[in-house]
Amino acid sequence: MKQRSMEDRFLEFGLIDQLARADSRLHRLDPRAKLLTTLFFCALVVSFPRYSVLAILPLLLYPVLLSAMGELPLAYVARRTLPALPFAFMVGIFNPWIDTKPVASLGPLLISGGWLSFTSILLRCILTVSSAIILVASTGISQICLAFQRLGAPHLFSLQIMFLYRYLFVLTAEAVQMVRARNLRTFGRRGLGPGPFASLIASLLIRSLDRAQNIHRAMVARGFRGEIQPLRQSRWRRHDTFFVLLCILACSTIRLWNLPQAIGGWLLQLLP
Amino acid sequence: MHMADALISPAVGGSFWAVSCGLIGISARKTQRHLEDYAIPMMGVLGAFVFAAQMINYTIPSTGSSGHIGGGLLLAVLLGPWAGFLVLASVLSVQAFFFMDGGLLALGCNIFNLGFFPCFVAYPLVFLPASGAHPSPARLTFAAVIATVVGLQFGALGVIFQTLVSGISSLSFSAFASIMLPVHLAIGLVEGVITSTIVTLLAKARPEAIALGREHKTTPQTAWIIAKVFLPIAAVIAIALSWFASTHPDGLEWSLARLGIDTEAEAAPSGLNQALNRTQESMALFPDYRLPAPTDAAGAGPSTESWPNVEAGTSLAGLVGGMITLITVGLCAVLLHLAKRRRERARASQPVHPL
Amino acid sequence: MSHHIVEARDLAYAYPDGTRALKGVSFRITHGESVALVGPNGAGKSTLLLQLNGFLRPTQGEVRIGNLPITPKTLDQIRRTVGVIFQDPDDQLFMPTVREDVTFGPLNMGFPRQEAESIAEAVLAQVGMSDIADRAPYHLSAGQKRAVAIAAVLAMSPDILVLDEPSSHLDPKGRRRLIDLLHGFSHTKIIATHDLDLALDLCPRTIVIADGRVREDGPTLRLFQDQALLEECALELPLRMQGCPICHPQHPPSPSPGR
Ligand SMILES: Nc1ncnc2c1ncn2[C@@H]1O[C@H](COP(=O)(O)OP(=O)(O)O)[C@@H](O)[C@H]1O
Ligand SMILES: [Mg+2]
Repeated sequence: MKQRSMEDRFLEFGLIDQLARADSRLHRLDPRAKLLTTLFFCALVVSFPRYSVLAILPLLLYPVLLSAMGELPLAYVARRTLPALPFAFMVGIFNPWIDTKPVASLGPLLISGGWLSFTSILLRCILTVSSAIILVASTGISQICLAFQRLGAPHLFSLQIMFLYRYLFVLTAEAVQMVRARNLRTFGRRGLGPGPFASLIASLLIRSLDRAQNIHRAMVARGFRGEIQPLRQSRWRRHDTFFVLLCILACSTIRLWNLPQAIGGWLLQLLP
Repeated sequence: MHMADALISPAVGGSFWAVSCGLIGISARKTQRHLEDYAIPMMGVLGAFVFAAQMINYTIPSTGSSGHIGGGLLLAVLLGPWAGFLVLASVLSVQAFFFMDGGLLALGCNIFNLGFFPCFVAYPLVFLPASGAHPSPARLTFAAVIATVVGLQFGALGVIFQTLVSGISSLSFSAFASIMLPVHLAIGLVEGVITSTIVTLLAKARPEAIALGREHKTTPQTAWIIAKVFLPIAAVIAIALSWFASTHPDGLEWSLARLGIDTEAEAAPSGLNQALNRTQESMALFPDYRLPAPTDAAGAGPSTESWPNVEAGTSLAGLVGGMITLITVGLCAVLLHLAKRRRERARASQPVHPL
Repeated sequence: MSHHIVEARDLAYAYPDGTRALKGVSFRITHGESVALVGPNGAGKSTLLLQLNGFLRPTQGEVRIGNLPITPKTLDQIRRTVGVIFQDPDDQLFMPTVREDVTFGPLNMGFPRQEAESIAEAVLAQVGMSDIADRAPYHLSAGQKRAVAIAAVLAMSPDILVLDEPSSHLDPKGRRRLIDLLHGFSHTKIIATHDLDLALDLCPRTIVIADGRVREDGPTLRLFQDQALLEECALELPLRMQGCPICHPQHPPSPSPGR
């Protein structure tokens, strides 16, 4: 079970890169524009008060619209979002039992603050995670990395992420292979105890260090002297500014006015 | 032990982002000064290694429970605290962006909990003094175990602290701590043993790797760490929290109550309390569940009732509005999906019917 | 330098953990030669190749490239002359895209971005990989990776090509394509390999390494006819030199034990 999920995760990588290579209006935006918008969106989502459920709802439009703009399958975004929920669920699920003070009512039914904040936690989780997924799937990690660097992150740090990401595939494949070979020998009957685990990890580490040494040699052989020349960069254009402003404006509107409440109230007034 | 975005407030997320960015900046500068160019690919590959290693689980034989290593102490031992921290930060960043392990906003918290404590507390303040220069295997194990335990306990405390101060979860400190701390004690013990085994095996197979680490890593002085790392961090967190306190009085009060500090004991409103109440009123312009009817939205009066409160009328309006919102979102999704399908079909049929 | 002579004189090397991988190796390879370096696993082939580019400093003896000894001063020039293609192309393709990877060398040599990119275009076309220039290296097939790694080294315009087991992990078609590609190069070539067919195709001369020493050095065809030598070095006769068991049942290939 664990084993499979590990390999599944490994396969996920490939899909992300495939999606990020596509070409859409969202893909063509400057990575910095997408990064800034996503960070703003996440900060905005978590800035809602604790019991907010209704007021957050309109923000669901963000993942829907952006995934359409990026031609990303909504099902993919949803499938990637689900695994992130359990932790939020586990911590939030205590709220209904602890915070029983009623704060809202539906006719005769009183809703406790705990249920509201629990629902709110899940909503926040869905929104923040799906926005991040859309960012990555429409940009790709090396471009995000570059965006970070151009927004002021240390060069060494973004280089580091670039290398990490590059060798993630290689080392994960190695790890999968090692675990599989070991499972074959033990017929998958026993789990990996701390001792064998440590020696497995140690040999993975030794291989990794040897590989790092080889990479360094390959770099030196091609003239590397501690500096990596900057990669090809995209240019910030007018519609990047437009995109960022539009997103900020739309999200801020939703944040400042409780639209569902207003719409509901207005509709009820129309009724006799 | 990853924090999720959904559990933190922007103030907490933002202040730990600031702290982590600062630490990354310092670490990058330090690393650049002290490590040679072979370190650039080595750090990257070690990051990928930690990432891959975290995907493999160990099981504890009689209990059936399983876990994976954090790798913080191991990286600090191999690369020194600065480069080790950078590598951990990059691993956590990629995890946040890729596997959605912890969110983007919580990334600062996670880097702090899982990177800062092992690299800047457990390694220099616990591991180095406990292991000495040329440790025997037993001493190495001992040092690795207590260092890992200390690092993880602090990390768990960090999670608890950030969650409670954010005020999203309703758990109390004691309840939270009584789950988190013992679990991480056990994890720390196992990871400590594993870490020391790995270091011992590595020292045999690639003595130069360990030696390189020892040669080039800078071992920061305790006083230096306290002056340049702890104090700024404390300052940033204090500033963020006081800002938080001034903008979200109820939230902090509530969190402090969770922490067992009762702020509502005396009923007499002090000057501070009054000031806080006033802020609260100004904040109540857009309280979530009692937005005044749209007709008099402009003249929303301050409320004296305790927040939040129950009002049947607004709840019904809310329910209707909420339904409409959800239906709109759903419709959008369906329509856009259909449009996309049509576009795709058109695109697919293009080469068949060229002009 | 017109004479790209590669010369090893009594070369010995021990790894930091004490493994003595080379125990006195001497040979001289002249301009334009293609030499196969064969020998069992762990014989020291890779270690020897790493000496040729100054990645490992010999504990005894020396390497001379075109009459220059390898010293810290000559290292830069020597690395530009000798292009090493590592066994695992993943180690060599470290940049996020194929194009970035191939331009890495030229950019470091001081070419402006545009020129570096046109060099990249040219070498990628030379190895037939122009259409994957914007792909990430991790999703390429083994053959594509190998070709790109060769392109990345060619972009440095070396005079001597050193390849470590170039045909490992390749399928027969990819292997054939690689052989054809290497055939087209006029560089001095030193190829470490287990693949005697490849050696036979590309290299008139072979140096057999065993246990850190030169066991034999001579014309490839002659060495490969020495059954005892091949067996000793745990090598297998090239298929085309084996008697066909169907056509010539009276000359079965000698059974090699442990295989
Ligand atoms: N980094 C290293 N540290 C210690 N020993 C090594 C290292 N790399 C290779 N060796 C040892 O050196 C010997 C020669 O290895 P190598 O040159 O890789 O052989 P080949 O390439 O012919 O298979 C082997 O015994 C191998 O175990
Ligand atoms: Mg080899």
